[in-house]
Amino acid sequence: MDIKTIGIAGCGTMGAGIAIVAARAGFRTIVFDTRIDALEKARKQTSGFFSKSVEKGKLTRAQVDNITANLNSTTQIDDLAQCDLVVEAVFEDLKAKHDLFAALNKVCPAHTIFASNTSTLSITEIAAGSGRDDRVVGMHFCLPAQLMKLVEMSPGIKTSDSAFHAAWDCCVALGQKPVKTKDNPGFILNYFLVPFNNDAIRLVESGVAEAADIDRAIKVGLGYPMGPLELLDLVGLDTQLLLCEALYGMTHEPRNACPPLVKRMIAAGHLGRKTGRGFYAYKNDAMFGG
Amino acid sequence: MTEYSILQTGMARNFAKDHSLITNGGNSSDAMVIIGSEAAIAFKSIRDRAAKIVVLVELDKEGLGEITGEGRALEGSNVLGFARFRLGDGEPSNLVEVVRQPKTPHAVIDAAKDIFTAAGLQVALCNDFAGRIIDRLVRPYYNAALRRLDEGLASADDLDTTLKLGLGYPEGPISLLERTGLHHHFDVSQALFDSYGESAYAPARRARVAKQRQGK
Repeated sequence: MDIKTIGIAGCGTMGAGIAIVAARAGFRTIVFDTRIDALEKARKQTSGFFSKSVEKGKLTRAQVDNITANLNSTTQIDDLAQCDLVVEAVFEDLKAKHDLFAALNKVCPAHTIFASNTSTLSITEIAAGSGRDDRVVGMHFCLPAQLMKLVEMSPGIKTSDSAFHAAWDCCVALGQKPVKTKDNPGFILNYFLVPFNNDAIRLVESGVAEAADIDRAIKVGLGYPMGPLELLDLVGLDTQLLLCEALYGMTHEPRNACPPLVKRMIAAGHLGRKTGRGFYAYKNDAMFGG
Repeated sequence: MTEYSILQTGMARNFAKDHSLITNGGNSSDAMVIIGSEAAIAFKSIRDRAAKIVVLVELDKEGLGEITGEGRALEGSNVLGFARFRLGDGEPSNLVEVVRQPKTPHAVIDAAKDIFTAAGLQVALCNDFAGRIIDRLVRPYYNAALRRLDEGLASADDLDTTLKLGLGYPEGPISLLERTGLHHHFDVSQALFDSYGESAYAPARRARVAKQRQGK
């Protein structure tokens, strides 16, 4: 199957990043979102990203012009009718994804593959609401998608081999590095990362060590680029709570249960960098307390 | 810098003879660093230990309280434990976990940091819990990786690739455990399971197999 046109549904941070990846790889790319302000924000961010790419010498101005010529946006779902592949990057809610794919199923031709960028939901469950569950695949990009090569790809129970392979080949053509994983809660990354971070929170909670010592131990002892508590501050404690609720709800594994400290920190407004305080205190993006 | 003497006991697996922690040591009686597999035993023979600024005792799986004794969470003295982190047969890292007790004086901790930092090591301070910091965090993760490999979540290569590319880890868990010794992982994880009784520490099947095959 020859994929030439890619649709992106939802242009939040992930959707905008995936759109950059698709357009940069030479695919005709159509970004759909019902929120015109979100499309405008993404357009500005995309423009800024490409300007920096030119400044850094990664792309020429002519290349950027070609890429942006490939990149279109719309508030009309009917405009995705031309797509061979649609990647959804809407809110992490099963009903929202069901509603979207049900609508797309009426708009898109039979050959169109639907891909979900979900990080926690089941591909099979998402596919069950699509009307074409043999042509739905998991395609989880990493944040920020325009910089990270990894894509976790998962077939649902009913996904056909031909649809999965076509999506896989497209992922390679996008310049990404796909890895195949089962349709499992959290796939690989979140399956391991969420409980690992919870374990680090529990060490703080139980007085084993302070955040800075835990982060230093992990970075120096294992060579990780960030400590788990620095990373949680970056991602946001509210996001960790959502991830825990999603994974624990599906797995009931004790390590996925959200540590009580997270809920106390959220109640106190200590969400991480975005509120100026999490496991560390921040001022003007500089880190204190390390 | 805090002057100190070195007492080497048994097998000194984690510090080569030319490591700065060893070569920085002199004849000072101000402080003492006891290293090697018999450090905890040798500690008991140090008669003037109470007079020192700090006595640093290298730990393996034992806790500091086993060496100093404990009482009502009021323990804390000039004695600290330490462990240079390494995974099995891998090279020792530059991270030293320094183990304190509830009432350890700040000046003692500062002196310990001074000694380790001067030797090019970085310190992570922790309280006296089995597994300290890193083992508490990585052993459940490694067990989960081995279990999920058995369950076919992904191939070993894809598991490793995902965690390297997705999180920037220098090495994936499967290749790391193969390189440093699955049987070592079994030993550490089993000790944590014995301490905490939590299933996350129960050594994964592949680690148990490696342990059983060791030496055969």
